[in-house]
Amino acid sequence: MIEVENLRVVFRLPKRQVEAVRGVSFRIEPGECVALVGESGSGKSVTARSLAGLAGPGAQVSADRFTVDGRDMRGATGRDWRRLRGRFAGLILQDALVSLDPLRTVGAEIGEVLRTHGIGERRDRDARVRQLLTDVHVPEPERRARQYPHQLSGGLRQRALIASALAGGPRLLIADEPTTALDATVQAQILTLLAERRAAGETLLLISHDLAVVSRLADRILVMKDGRIVESGTTGVLLSAAGHPYTKELIAAANGRRRPARTEPGPVVAEATALRKVYGDRTVVRDVGVSIRRGEIVGLVGESGSGKTTLAQLLFGLTDPTSGHVRFEGEPFSGIPERARRPIRRRLQFIAQDPLSAFDPRWTVRRIVGEALGRGESAEPVLARVGLGPEVLDRYPRQLSGGQRQRVAVARAIAPRPSLIICDEPVSALDVSVQAQVLDLLAGIRETDGTALLFISHDLGVIRDIADRVLVLQDGRVVEQGPVKAVFDHAGHEYTRTLLAAVPKLEVRT
Amino acid sequence: MIAAAGRRVGAGLLVLWVAATAAYVALLAAPGDTVDSIIGDGPDSPLIRSQIIAEWGLDRPVILQYVDFLWRAVQGDLGRSYLLQRPVTEVIGAQLWPSLKLALAAAGVGIVLAVVLAVTTRRRWARRISSVSELIVVSTPPFLIGIVLLSVFSFHFGLFPVSGDRDLSALVLPALTMGLPIAGTLAQVLRDGLDRALDEPFAVTARARGLRENAVLVRHALRHALLPAVALLGWSFGVLIGGTVIIESVFGRPGLGQVAVSAVSSGDMPVVMAVVVFSAAGFVLVNTVADLAFLLIDPRLRRS
Repeated sequence: MIEVENLRVVFRLPKRQVEAVRGVSFRIEPGECVALVGESGSGKSVTARSLAGLAGPGAQVSADRFTVDGRDMRGATGRDWRRLRGRFAGLILQDALVSLDPLRTVGAEIGEVLRTHGIGERRDRDARVRQLLTDVHVPEPERRARQYPHQLSGGLRQRALIASALAGGPRLLIADEPTTALDATVQAQILTLLAERRAAGETLLLISHDLAVVSRLADRILVMKDGRIVESGTTGVLLSAAGHPYTKELIAAANGRRRPARTEPGPVVAEATALRKVYGDRTVVRDVGVSIRRGEIVGLVGESGSGKTTLAQLLFGLTDPTSGHVRFEGEPFSGIPERARRPIRRRLQFIAQDPLSAFDPRWTVRRIVGEALGRGESAEPVLARVGLGPEVLDRYPRQLSGGQRQRVAVARAIAPRPSLIICDEPVSALDVSVQAQVLDLLAGIRETDGTALLFISHDLGVIRDIADRVLVLQDGRVVEQGPVKAVFDHAGHEYTRTLLAAVPKLEVRT
Repeated sequence: MIAAAGRRVGAGLLVLWVAATAAYVALLAAPGDTVDSIIGDGPDSPLIRSQIIAEWGLDRPVILQYVDFLWRAVQGDLGRSYLLQRPVTEVIGAQLWPSLKLALAAAGVGIVLAVVLAVTTRRRWARRISSVSELIVVSTPPFLIGIVLLSVFSFHFGLFPVSGDRDLSALVLPALTMGLPIAGTLAQVLRDGLDRALDEPFAVTARARGLRENAVLVRHALRHALLPAVALLGWSFGVLIGGTVIIESVFGRPGLGQVAVSAVSSGDMPVVMAVVVFSAAGFVLVNTVADLAFLLIDPRLRRS
């Protein structure tokens, strides 16, 4: 179906050339599910997109052999590619919120494929769109087709995007990180949907940074690093007998590793009692009580919309509770004017999911970290603590990798020696191996500084790896809490069990 | 929805009131005596002066005169022109349509030209040439553009009339003169918006469906690019109003601009006030339409 030999993709930028793909060879047989695994920058997305002639602006694609659907695509024209796109190959991109045009209805987006390729009669198209939405298990397809992407939940958006990729009846489905932006339970549903397509005879090319996500579906896995395939094989063999150190690293990251506390927790640092937050007629947080001790890492899990972020904002004093109160280091922290909170703020720090948007893009690392330091203190020792050398001092956030940026965020958070750091999805945007490094870093800081961490995440795997205690939040209520091991091994609440079941695990099939 | 509309109308009235009051204060502070303005070139004697003061109520406290002006304005009576001794609404009314025609035509020329330029000049050289020409047009004073257009198309080729407002052909050159700078600015904003939209993942998805590049541009990217352009257009109406004054005199057209200039220089306060109120009303109206256009273009702005 697809045969590629020595594929190279070079991006010609104004000043330099970037070799994104450096001689990759593989084949995809009909009915197969092949996974392309690697970290961001490994060239996996570019490889996948060049199969649809969409490597990107300024890309130069060359290959010794480049056969798609029996046709030699070397030197193919735009017209040749357009005939294949949507018809032979459907493409699903990562985040449906931005991959569907936000200004057009879902129905218009799906129908566009039919219109472009002149599939079916015009009057049958609405019915066909509804059928496609039904096929991907979107409830109330009639209503959904008339809605806009922002009116749909993340899971429904992703389903709609898959429906639009399926509309042209393609034989090959290319899914680029199809579940990365989704909650664990929704992620599991989308994977089930893809498994269904595979069972229906569709050929699948999955691209992911997470081995656990693809291990369930893929027949074969190709591991990419720095634009090359470093290892490949059937899923069972690759997972049980990985040869390349990089593959082993990915497997270790997917399996996770506990980072237990080595010291007993100290006195209570922050405490919230009977917290309640009402926005209009919606109660977002209901009677939540939580206490965090010195040197303790408390995990907060729940799906999007469960009230995690609001709870964090209450604890951080960004918004006042409707009722209940927050105490920090024994002093009242809620219900007091911001001016009274300000001197305490240095002792309470925050790490956001996406440091790129939390940093001023015009500030250098020196200035970003320096802002959190006292007068005359140098940023270098703090950066050294998070494993960054002085060479990053004069760089701007854009010039750093995702992992480096999150390290800078950690440096800025620990610079004023806080007693509590609230981390909101701090590793969700990172590759798995970088994720592990940042988790190591945070666990180490708890150990050396005795800093308490409130760790918010929708990823239960991450919570299991780092937290001592966990709180499970559903509809603004704590439905279950306790030591991580107890909760993960013997979940008492139905919701917790659903969350746990949805966590992708490495499945070694033989 | 009704509450939102109510807020808009309220905000619009507030703008009108502030504009009228600001103009009132500015004219009070301006040098020159009201009685002098009313007399103009007519006979002047202490008796006539006292008659005028009594007739126009000029001996009353300023604040009373102001309240009286507002009260009559609310009822649609903008007073009588000092100079022409006719109701202001009549004086303005006759000049409103020629100016409005010019402004609408100019806006139309600007929008159409900008969209066509931004969409058709995507390739490297066309883009550069178009971009540079836009900058040249934007940085040239409009009256100069007008004079150049006149000398080429009217004096040299004789295609369009030199002045007046007899028929549609007389509208072409003034509309172009005012429309070109708008087109230049708008095209730059649109092109920027198109570039950004075409970089978004949804554009990649659209291409992955097998769409032609032109279809991606027109069906997807253009709507995204329109958002900032609409905001700019609402703002540029203010420039249009200011521009009519000069353009109308270059092309010898009737219109509000001419009236405003002569009213300001002769201190004909009621006429000046009316011009200000009408311009402010136009500005409010155009920006309300722009806001509605936003809702039409971007469903995310519509609430529930």
